[in-house]
Amino acid sequence: MNADVKALAACKPLTRVEMAARVARDIPEGWYVNLGIGAPLQVVDHVPAEREVIFHSENGVLGMGPAPEPDNINRWLINAGKQYVTLRTGGSYLHHADSFALIRGGHLDLCVLGAFQVAENGDIANWATSDNDNAPAVGGAMDLAAGTKRLWVLMEHLTKSGESRLVGRCTYPLTALGVVKRVYTNLAVLDVTADGFAVREMVNGLTLDALQDVTDAPLRMANETLFPDAAQHAVMRR
Amino acid sequence: MIDKIVHTMAEAMDGIRDGSVVLIGGFGSIGQPNALIDGLIEQGAKDLTVVTNNSGVGRVGLARLLDTGRVRKIVCSFPRTADPVVFEELWREGRIELEVVPQGTMAERMRAAGAGIPAFFTATAVGTKLAEGKEQREFSGRRYILEEALAGDVALIEAWEADRWGNLTYRSSARNFNPVMATAAKLIIVQAQHIVELGALDPEKIVTPGIYVNRVLHVPYGEPKVT
Repeated sequence: MNADVKALAACKPLTRVEMAARVARDIPEGWYVNLGIGAPLQVVDHVPAEREVIFHSENGVLGMGPAPEPDNINRWLINAGKQYVTLRTGGSYLHHADSFALIRGGHLDLCVLGAFQVAENGDIANWATSDNDNAPAVGGAMDLAAGTKRLWVLMEHLTKSGESRLVGRCTYPLTALGVVKRVYTNLAVLDVTADGFAVREMVNGLTLDALQDVTDAPLRMANETLFPDAAQHAVMRR
Repeated sequence: MIDKIVHTMAEAMDGIRDGSVVLIGGFGSIGQPNALIDGLIEQGAKDLTVVTNNSGVGRVGLARLLDTGRVRKIVCSFPRTADPVVFEELWREGRIELEVVPQGTMAERMRAAGAGIPAFFTATAVGTKLAEGKEQREFSGRRYILEEALAGDVALIEAWEADRWGNLTYRSSARNFNPVMATAAKLIIVQAQHIVELGALDPEKIVTPGIYVNRVLHVPYGEPKVT
């Protein structure tokens, strides 16, 4: 067994919950954030209420809170993943055209989506698994990917069969071109830069070489200041 | 005296013709006018084009309408929600046409129809399979595609409260597509949980003003089930 294989075998990949918590840590107070459907919706549970982040769900909920207590469910209040949710104090409802106008008009600070593939040029494929996909479901993914100020992706690093979801060019049908800014996987946090993927952090015990071994695009370590745009944005909102 | 309240389903459904484009409100089962869908099944219009976000669950409501074989085409963003058995069967057998539209584009196409805008440019879907065959143009260095307005002959709407002028309010996220669809068809039919006196609705809280609405049927069905 070579050193890279050992490093990969020895490291402990993040669980889904830990991945959501990891994303949540990087969202500053004051941001308006959409989480699409699926795994990213768990991010809501990991932002403490005292850090005021406003979550938007594209079915017309601005100020989405966590899941309700089982004995206190508003049966008219669901999120885009069709789960019961709550509305935070200060929240509001919008109809679908307004809800998507705020997405398409670039008013959201961040959207976090799941994906099948992300390419080193920021392309995202997350709605269909082949050109012959029977009745693919696009939902709001293309609106969110094209419309928000920044798009982060939360996904497993590898497919179930062990293929890299980070790629040179997407082979699945595209959702949007050149829009992904950062990827959170169960192995690493990576920025999408003009020079491809830059690794910000890796899980304990993992090495860049070992990560590169399971990634179908060239990697380098990031050297920029951590989250410069986030810090600036938080100041501007004050 | 203006009175848009109708008292029977037959009155509510009167005149819906074969070949109609029918806009149906709701996101999943929330805000979906199930009583009116059942009424449409009873009424019997066929060769329909249905515009709605999902493709129905199980064998009730929208799925039941598809199951009658009277829907020629469905326009939606997410045909695969939980348990879309009827849609899957029809699709497999080639008995239904499908137009998949990004959810925001779908909402905006109806908003445009209601506002007299025949088409608009959007960045959504640029460079994807859903942009194929569409006119493209660049504005300020960014590419956009042309999308056309999407108008209905009929819209089936679920509201929370209604008065006899057809002023409407909605409940929580059951608002969803209902207000925009209520502007985008020639005949707007509403099922409302509560009918209130004219003047009882706070003018500051009316979401759909009665000008858009043709018929209101009282359907106090209680709480929706999430499916």
